Amino acid sequence: MSGYFNDLFSGTKSLAVGMGITLKYFFEPVVTLQYPHETLKMTPRFRGHIDLVKDEETGESKCIVCGMCQKACPSGCITVEGEKKEGAKKKTLSSYTLDFTKCSLCGLCVENCKPEAITFSKDYNLAGPSREAYVFDLVKRMKERCSP
Amino acid sequence: MGNYTELLRLLAYLVGIIAFAALNAAYLVWLERKEAAHIQRRIGPKEVGPYGLLQPLADGIKLMTKQLIVPAGADVILFKVAPLLILAPAIASFVTIPFSETLVARNINLGLLMIFAFASLNVMGVLIGGWGSNNKYAVISAARAVSQNVAYEIPMLITAITMVMVAGTMNLNEIVMQQPNIFKWYIFRFTASPLMPVAFLIFFICSLAETNRAPFDMAEAESELVAGAYTEYSGMGFGVFFMGEYANVVIGCSLATILFLGGWQSPFGVPADAHWSLFLFKPGILWFLIKLYLLCFTVIWVRWTYPRTQFYGLLNLSWKYLIPISLFNLLLTGAMLKVFQS
Repeated sequence: MSGYFNDLFSGTKSLAVGMGITLKYFFEPVVTLQYPHETLKMTPRFRGHIDLVKDEETGESKCIVCGMCQKACPSGCITVEGEKKEGAKKKTLSSYTLDFTKCSLCGLCVENCKPEAITFSKDYNLAGPSREAYVFDLVKRMKERCSP
Repeated sequence: MGNYTELLRLLAYLVGIIAFAALNAAYLVWLERKEAAHIQRRIGPKEVGPYGLLQPLADGIKLMTKQLIVPAGADVILFKVAPLLILAPAIASFVTIPFSETLVARNINLGLLMIFAFASLNVMGVLIGGWGSNNKYAVISAARAVSQNVAYEIPMLITAITMVMVAGTMNLNEIVMQQPNIFKWYIFRFTASPLMPVAFLIFFICSLAETNRAPFDMAEAESELVAGAYTEYSGMGFGVFFMGEYANVVIGCSLATILFLGGWQSPFGVPADAHWSLFLFKPGILWFLIKLYLLCFTVIWVRWTYPRTQFYGLLNLSWKYLIPISLFNLLLTGAMLKVFQS
C-alpha cells in the first residue's frame, strides 16, 4: 500500500519536473540556424573539395605542374595538364580537373603540394543535376572566384 | 416574427460556431507547431506570412486540393461517415458552452449532460473510421481507442458528478455564475472538498485521454501504427478528423474552464467601485478565452513534454489511480455536503 502512494507521489513529482524543464526551454532563446537565410562560417580546418590558390604576384595559379597531387591521389580523381610556353623556363598549368564524384576528401593532394598551390575550399552547398556537374575545372573556378 | 428571430439565431450559431471551430483547428495547429518548436528550441513555421501565421491557410489549401482516396475493400459509407462523426458532435457541443453571460447559443438546463452525451460519440468516430478503412493498423488502433475511452470516461464522469453535486445544477451558465472570483472558483472551493485541485487534475487528464491527445494518443500512435485509425485517410478526410480532434480539445478545455476555473468570470471578481472601462475587471468572453487558451497551451505543452507510454500503462493509470481517487473524492464531497450544508 505504501508502494502505491510512493508511486503516486514520486510519479506526480517527476511529471511536474518534466513540465518545468520544457517550460524553461520554451522561454529560452532559439538555438537553431535559419539555414537558407543564415549560414555558418566554416572553420579553417574544414575540408571541402580542393581549389587552386592564386599567386597574388602573377595572377596565375601557383601550380608548377609537378603532378604530385595526381600521383598521390588514391582515387585517381585529379588530372593535371601543363604546357611549356614559348620562351618560358617552367611549365604552366593549362588545365586542372577534379572529378569530385570519386574524391574521398583524404587531403593527400594538399599535403603533397610543394608550392601550396591547392587548398580545401569552404564550399559545402553542392547540388547538381548530373554526375558531370561534379567534374570541376579548377582553373575556371579559380578565375571565377577571383574575377568579381 | 418570433420564428424569424429563431431562424436568425440558428444561422448565427451555425456560422459562428463552425467558423470558431475551423479557426481554432487551424490556429491550434499553428500554436502546436510553434509551441513544439520553442520547447525544442527551434522557431517553427516562419516562412508563410509573419511568424508563419498564414501556414494554416497553406495547409488547408493543400489538404483541400488533395484527392480523397477510398482504399479498395473499405466500407465506403462507414469510411466517409467517420470523420463527420468526430467533428459533428464537437460542433453540436458548442451549443451549450457559455462564452459570456449572454453569448451562448442555447442555455440548456442539462448542458453538462448534453456535452458528455456528444463527447461519447467521439470514440464511435474513431472506431468506425478504423473499422471502415479495412486496414490492420487502423483496426488495432480503433480497438485501443475504445478500451482507452472506456477507461477514461469513468473517472471523468465521476468527477463531473462530483461537480454537479457541488454546484447543484447542470446548467453551465449557472455553474459559472457560482464562481464570481478566484477564491470561489471550484478548483479552490476547499469547503466543498479538500481534493478539488486533484479533481481538476483528474478531469484534465481524462479530457486529454478522451480527445486522444498525447501522451494518450493510442489511436494515432505514429511510431507503431502508422497513423492509427487515420492511416487510410487522405486530403480533407484527414483534415476533418484533425478539425474534430482540435474542436474536441477546445470543448474539453472549455468544460474544464467552466467547471473549475470560473468560465467567463474575472478572477478578481467585480469590485463594487470598479469602473467599467477597466476592461480586465469585466467578466466576459475575454476572460473565457484567456482561460481556454491557457488550458489549450497546457494541453500542447503536455504533449511535447511526455512520451507516449505503453498501452497497459495508460489503463493502469486510469483503473488504479484515477478511478479510486475520483471515487474517494465523490464520497468525500458527498459527506462534506451532507455535514456542512444540511
